[in-house]
Amino acid sequence: MSDRITAADVVKVAKLARLDLTPDEIVRTTAQLDGMLEHFADMDALDLDAVVPMTQPYPLHNVFRDDMVVIGLDHDEVLAAAPRSEDGRFWVPPIIGLDS
Amino acid sequence: MSAGARVDPRAEQVLEYGYQLVVGLEVHVELDTATKLFSASANRFGDDPNTNIDPVTLGLPGALPVLNRHAVELAMRIGAALDCTIQPSTFHRKNYFYPDMPKAYQISQYDQPINIDGHLDLPGGKRIGIERAHLEEDTGKSTHVGGSGGRIHGSDHSLIDFNRAGVPLVEIVSRPDLRTADEARQYVNELRAILVAIGASDAKMEEGSMRCDANVSVHQPGTPLGTRCEIKNVNSVRSLGRAIDYEARRQVDLLASGGIVRQETRHWDETDGRTHTLRTKEDADDYRYFLEPDLVPIVPSAEWIQAVRDALPMLPAARRARLSEASGSPAYSEAVMAAIDRGQDAYVLAVGHLGGDIGRALVHVKEAYAEQGPSPTVPAQDLALLTTLEVDGKLTATQAKAVLAEIVAAGGGDAAAIAAAKGFEAMDNSALESVVDQAIAADPEAWVKFCAGEGKAMGALVGAVMKATGGKADGKVVTAVLNQRRAAQP
Amino acid sequence: MTAVPTSAAAIAAGVRSGSLKAVDVVEAHLARIADREGEIHAFNVVLADRARAGAAAVDAMVAAGGDPGPLAGVPIALKDNMCTRGIPTTCSSKILDGWKPPYDATVVTKLAAAGAIAIGKTNLDEFAMGSSTENSAFGPTRNPHDTSRVPGGSSGGSAAAVAAGFAPVGIGSDTGGSIRQPAALCGVVGAKPTYGYVSRYGLIAFASSLDQIGPFTTTVHDSALLLDVIGGHDPMDSTSIPVAHAPLTGVLDRGVKGLRIGRITDLPAGADPDVTERLEAAFDALREAGARIIDVQVPAFSYGLTAYYLIAPAEASSNLARFDGVRFGLRVDALDTNTMYSATRAAGFGDEVKRRIMLGTYALSAGYYDAYYGRALKVRKLIHDDFARAYQDADVLLTPTSASVAFPFGSKGDNPLAMYLCDVYTIPSNLAGHPGMSVPFGTGADGLPVGVQVLAGTLDEATMFRVGAALERCAPAVTSAVALHGSAS
Repeated sequence: MSDRITAADVVKVAKLARLDLTPDEIVRTTAQLDGMLEHFADMDALDLDAVVPMTQPYPLHNVFRDDMVVIGLDHDEVLAAAPRSEDGRFWVPPIIGLDS
Repeated sequence: MSAGARVDPRAEQVLEYGYQLVVGLEVHVELDTATKLFSASANRFGDDPNTNIDPVTLGLPGALPVLNRHAVELAMRIGAALDCTIQPSTFHRKNYFYPDMPKAYQISQYDQPINIDGHLDLPGGKRIGIERAHLEEDTGKSTHVGGSGGRIHGSDHSLIDFNRAGVPLVEIVSRPDLRTADEARQYVNELRAILVAIGASDAKMEEGSMRCDANVSVHQPGTPLGTRCEIKNVNSVRSLGRAIDYEARRQVDLLASGGIVRQETRHWDETDGRTHTLRTKEDADDYRYFLEPDLVPIVPSAEWIQAVRDALPMLPAARRARLSEASGSPAYSEAVMAAIDRGQDAYVLAVGHLGGDIGRALVHVKEAYAEQGPSPTVPAQDLALLTTLEVDGKLTATQAKAVLAEIVAAGGGDAAAIAAAKGFEAMDNSALESVVDQAIAADPEAWVKFCAGEGKAMGALVGAVMKATGGKADGKVVTAVLNQRRAAQP
Repeated sequence: MTAVPTSAAAIAAGVRSGSLKAVDVVEAHLARIADREGEIHAFNVVLADRARAGAAAVDAMVAAGGDPGPLAGVPIALKDNMCTRGIPTTCSSKILDGWKPPYDATVVTKLAAAGAIAIGKTNLDEFAMGSSTENSAFGPTRNPHDTSRVPGGSSGGSAAAVAAGFAPVGIGSDTGGSIRQPAALCGVVGAKPTYGYVSRYGLIAFASSLDQIGPFTTTVHDSALLLDVIGGHDPMDSTSIPVAHAPLTGVLDRGVKGLRIGRITDLPAGADPDVTERLEAAFDALREAGARIIDVQVPAFSYGLTAYYLIAPAEASSNLARFDGVRFGLRVDALDTNTMYSATRAAGFGDEVKRRIMLGTYALSAGYYDAYYGRALKVRKLIHDDFARAYQDADVLLTPTSASVAFPFGSKGDNPLAMYLCDVYTIPSNLAGHPGMSVPFGTGADGLPVGVQVLAGTLDEATMFRVGAALERCAPAVTSAVALHGSAS
């Protein structure tokens, strides 16, 4: 992980994260992320080859719910909270350039 | 698909220039649960938009998923039916933005799916490998408004309904073992029959509860597999075959003209009968999969897995074989297929157990029970009696059909009583012979033609006899008498 | 008006017995809020009318012979990242400004069922990302002990509310120290239980595998009382531990005789001398009380920061993707949905949130996952295992909560790492999923409060609270911010 992060990386990541960054923000973010990643290189000193990744703090398994319907949210209340709706559905501008 | 038109599934289709088609299918099925995969909203098709919603379905801040036990059980049932290894599994987040994906990530099984390494046998016996069958959640539904024909391109805006969001899906991924479009169709039909039989899904392509993507490639036999394209938006078994055939030809034409096939996702257009580029590999999103921290692993015990396997009902292939043997009809005859499809095979067999004729019952059920489910309203006993009267020559096939229509309409009834009320009684053969002779005398032209071997002429004579007897005559006997008379000609 | 006690336990006892009116309790706290909230800014919203109505209902229940529960009439300050039905819940972010959740978080439901009264939603670093509450879109919260200084964060509003006497209890969330660090800086008790002890349902997620809810209180007993109410299994949270927890209020008097208190000899350096001095005094006091002090090593402790600042942003980048302007919250109009997403998120999120989303997205992206996120998960395991070894020798570990007392606004400058280092002592227990609490233990520089952190192994809240109670008993008396600044009641 010795590669430094570049402005091009930041632009790519911002696109993935759907964050519209200004040119100034791109410059600043590149420098800040670079500084952080440099600090995080401290873990390169550790031998992690044989270590199992830990994803959950408490080991649980088979947590299930019974297949029973519970009354959910009120249609009108939810749509009233939407930025825009039409015909009982959520309104969005044309969907282009998106993966479905 | 018609049973008669089956291609020998072992036949390897050779395309132009010696190319070989290779197909793998990814089939998504909605599970037949009461609620969603991770929340207690109803899993119901056709409700008003955004009525089956809750904080989890809408991906509201603070909402957390809790896994539906029955969905897991159905997924395991699918695994068992496809002879998969059922194993400990986990869920990942697949991150991408799309307005019908409320959390901007889909919870899906990734590198540890619940079912792996199974297989499905095509009717002709060819074995198709199943790579995996994993659990995931469905998306909501976007409707594109404005523009032409509800297409995404050129639309003014889109409207989102989240009723379908979070509905449990199992994605069944085959190995690239299919070699013809017909095999692909057979695979989907057989898979559908299995899913319905085990109660996992209603598997209706037209309602979207079963969806099929095809990975298509072509190569020269003996060389590595070609670059594949994924075909989406195939909405019927018929379209699947058309889309595969089109795509195979497109790829062969490309290669034959010196081009290369790009790995891409293509969209099947039903109206122009072509596939179109949807996105190329380079456009593919970076999904940033990581283990879903809000869920814990599924670790089914050996006992649970065994219980699921033990509770598995007889699968369609075995049921077809059983019914075929009992009825004498071929396993892939339309009558046998219809009975299995509708789950009425047990009923037909019950008619046999009650002393009825299974062959006749099978034919009647195929014709008269289309609207009935796996538990027809007519008691098997009633159909048994009807078939007995028929085989005993007390009712002709035509009369039996009429009697059954009344029985079905009434949800049951005594065939003998109904036949008597209708004045049906089989004619004795001597009376019939004289009616036949009258028919010959009344239409000498038809008689001459009949003697010359024209099938149509026989129909005219039989029809005349039927008319004269008010349908009471047994068509088979009439034919026999006619043949007798012809044979007696000098 | 009857004198209102400061502890939740005393308030609830008075209200349940009928000797104290919940409405008087609420009025007394609303008066303090009216007096000082203008300078402190602990709340995003004060629920005065709802609190008055709730208090009246509690009093009516008592009058009718009913028991409103163990928190009868106790005003509660809720961190504004917990969903409250019909009440704005903002995470101190513009992207959620004005959003009213259609449902209650499980903690909110449990607190109400115990007779507690929500008095307001408190300020935080936007989406709980920060250590000073300076990252709030609605302006910072000030430390009641010295309003030129930060209250810590991210639950700075809840910590300040309790320290200022606006409520006897605050509820916070702790992902990397967001309860314990502000508790230390504000001179109150803050506890983060074992991951899975308190339901996260309705807590707006920052980092799902690290977030835990816990209380701010003025006493260790109140802290135990609150955890007894809000803890326990919740079928709505798959990571909620399905065991019944023994009441923590029952263990506080057991003392520490014979307990082994661990001193981490390879703890990351950097704590200020005044803080170190208080930690040493705490060790001495516990030894005095009959505990044994044992040296232990937790070699991976110092790698906590790295693991945390990769794992937490990675999870956050995914958790915060749902703020897309489609179903709720802010939307910036655009000609197509993709542009609408980017514009909405750019306008709705503050700098720190954007920074962490960027970092987390990068750490998970193709080609970097193994080097960053994947390795961080392995470091997390090392930390967990190192703690497990340490807890074979010691019953609890004692560390500073924060490297320094409350610092002045803006003092961490433009370097995000400087702020991240505030969490160096609190982060490792989040990674391990272990409980930790901060107990005030005298004052340091400028007479400002210093907290000592007690860490324990998984589900060993009981031992942690025994030690916390012992520390409280021998802590030097500190003038509370309420007494210091007077009170309107």
